[in-house]
Amino acid sequence: MISAFRILAILLVVLTASPAAFASPPPDEQMADPATEVRARELYRALRCVVCQSQSIDESNAALAADMRDKVRQRLLAGDSNAEVLAWVRERYGDYVLMTPPLQANTLFLWLLPFIALIGGGALLVSFVRRQAQRTGTAMDAEDEAELARLREEEGQS
Amino acid sequence: MNRVFLFLPLAVFVVMGVYFALGLREDPSSIPSRMIDRPLPAFDLAAIAEGEPGFSNADLDGQVALVNVFGTWCPPCEIEHPMLMQISRSGRVPIYGVDWRDEPGAGAAWLARNGNPYQRVGDDPDGDLAFELGITGAPETFLIDRQGQVRFHHVGIIDETVWRDTLLPMIEALETE
Repeated sequence: MISAFRILAILLVVLTASPAAFASPPPDEQMADPATEVRARELYRALRCVVCQSQSIDESNAALAADMRDKVRQRLLAGDSNAEVLAWVRERYGDYVLMTPPLQANTLFLWLLPFIALIGGGALLVSFVRRQAQRTGTAMDAEDEAELARLREEEGQS
Repeated sequence: MNRVFLFLPLAVFVVMGVYFALGLREDPSSIPSRMIDRPLPAFDLAAIAEGEPGFSNADLDGQVALVNVFGTWCPPCEIEHPMLMQISRSGRVPIYGVDWRDEPGAGAAWLARNGNPYQRVGDDPDGDLAFELGITGAPETFLIDRQGQVRFHHVGIIDETVWRDTLLPMIEALETE
């Protein structure tokens, strides 16, 4: 019984672990210096695999992604900063290679849209609620009273 | 005023519909090239077989040419190959090859079997030049002008249509420049 619980506990831990843990690059790509390896992983996650497109080169096992990881490591060993490495890859593959689109003229709308939607939606909601509040607040006129009386009568009859 | 708002969801739907319809027509594998109107990076590739010349910038000097990135592991390259042979036989424009990420000897054997459309072929086993060129997959082809600048970057197979409607007119224009 206890062993069954233990297996369940282990399964829970394994299955809920971050999927990225399963997708880490092969061990032969590990860099000697742990701190540099952390930076390398950070960069892998920031760069798009240009064949698979929806994956970063950290997740992808495509040959081209392996090449790109190799290039990133070469630049890190050559002493580049993270920003320099990203700029270097971007120079060759364009903005598209960055997993996070840079904030610039042609991406302004992309970045601002959520805020525009939030403010616009909020304004609509506020105006709607206000109008509802006004409507319930107004007194019934003679016509409404007559209608109400008629309905009550109907209710009583049935 | 309120009535106008009623049509808002419909308007949003129509705008999104138009964008999605346009998006469906786009080829998701073609990424805007960074190479257009830039000179080719400096390179000096080894030959793919012993005793043959390699391929470097100097070979392109002063001519309009195609530089084709291929690999023997790449099925679309095999499909493209007869078209390259046809262009090569016509003698219209010289084609140079970059053998990308191949095992030693694989490229030479492949060309011996299928025919060699290339003036020269350079070996790029680790994808160093491919990376400099921003290659996303083979085959990809660059049209180079007399000054060694990239004028056009074709991602994917060159077929009869691409050759006739896109490459040939550009080559003709570049030759009169």
